[in-house]
Amino acid sequence: VVTPESAYAAAAAVADPELRAVTIEDLGILRSVSQGTDGRVTVTITPTYSGCPAMEAIRSDVVDALSRAGFVEVDVITALSPAWTTDMITPAGLEKLEAAGIAAPGPVLLQIGVRCVHCGSSRTEELSRFCSTACKALWRCRDCGEPFERVKPL
Amino acid sequence: VSELLDVCLRIGDDALITAQRLAEWSAAAPDLEEDIALSNIALDQLGVARMMLTYAGEIEGVGADGRSASSRAARDEDALAFLREDREYRNCLLVELPNAGPAAGPHAPLDFGVTIARLLFVSTYQHLLYRSLLDSSDERLRDVAAKARKESAYHEDHATQWTIRLGDGTDESHRRMQAAVDDLWPYTHELFTGTAPAGIAPDPGSLRPAWLETVDDVLTVATLRRPEDGWAPSGGRAGRHTEHLSYLLAEMQVLHRAHPGSAW
Repeated sequence: VVTPESAYAAAAAVADPELRAVTIEDLGILRSVSQGTDGRVTVTITPTYSGCPAMEAIRSDVVDALSRAGFVEVDVITALSPAWTTDMITPAGLEKLEAAGIAAPGPVLLQIGVRCVHCGSSRTEELSRFCSTACKALWRCRDCGEPFERVKPL
Repeated sequence: VSELLDVCLRIGDDALITAQRLAEWSAAAPDLEEDIALSNIALDQLGVARMMLTYAGEIEGVGADGRSASSRAARDEDALAFLREDREYRNCLLVELPNAGPAAGPHAPLDFGVTIARLLFVSTYQHLLYRSLLDSSDERLRDVAAKARKESAYHEDHATQWTIRLGDGTDESHRRMQAAVDDLWPYTHELFTGTAPAGIAPDPGSLRPAWLETVDDVLTVATLRRPEDGWAPSGGRAGRHTEHLSYLLAEMQVLHRAHPGSAW
């Protein structure tokens, strides 16, 4: 059945191309899905970082997902305001990140210690503010010695 | 309209040329973490450049009556980035200088100290500028600034940490960091020259006291000497650039000019 609800569900299920464990809804970058009287669907997304190279992939993944759900006419638009913050990651998204071995950011205004995703130790240190994607930092556990990634507060 | 267009080109071109210079470190940085860090910062800068040039193209396509002028089609971000001549660029001279330093020969090696000193000067300026643009009467500028401000705080922090580590490091790292600061200092004055439309963007000169205070603090902690103000080269904002921009654009634009509109 092709309804506005099924359009939203299709868009919401799209996995983030760089953080495969979470969907774009989990990550808080899916803003809205609406359908005009002509049936045309408009999906609004927002970038995590200004230069996020995943935006083009997300755009085409959303169009693919909606087309499989029966929506042929789809516009994907980008909204900048309000600017994305890691506080927009949903509770489910935070859990999925942790389960995938990526430390969650924590509240932006509260710089608390980061727990090792491997052994749970809080004796950790930041190796680099920048990592394999724009939105993550590189950390290391001083107890188990393993490196891990963390979505950095923004 | 033309004043707003100029503001967009200044911000967008500063970011674009900064990104291009930082990208020279991709696969050439001192270590893997730094390689990734500088590439990420370049990507953020490129993101701002794309948003500002897209907006600039839209403004350009609107006539004085507020309606789209059919005789002058709007240029998109690619047309503005890849098909403008050096004289049409509005970036400051500081961002176009080679990573080897302002007086380096054509094949001089990249100098990490120069890159870090420039990043400190530029990102501190950008952070202040974006913060100020949160109060702009132009909605689009406000939206871009709200994103870019937080990213530029990370850039500034990265440059600050390196400046301190190198300045207050070994004799050799101190010597080279001081040389980079000395060589680039004259070019920082241009950041604070010119005018801006009231309400839309801050008066460039109004940002200098806060910039000076921040940079001064970092230099002090880094045991570096703040150079005397003196020679203050400028011209970038009016399209009069050093020859370095021409070579940079040649490399950046060659593919698009040779194969117009190609995608991969």
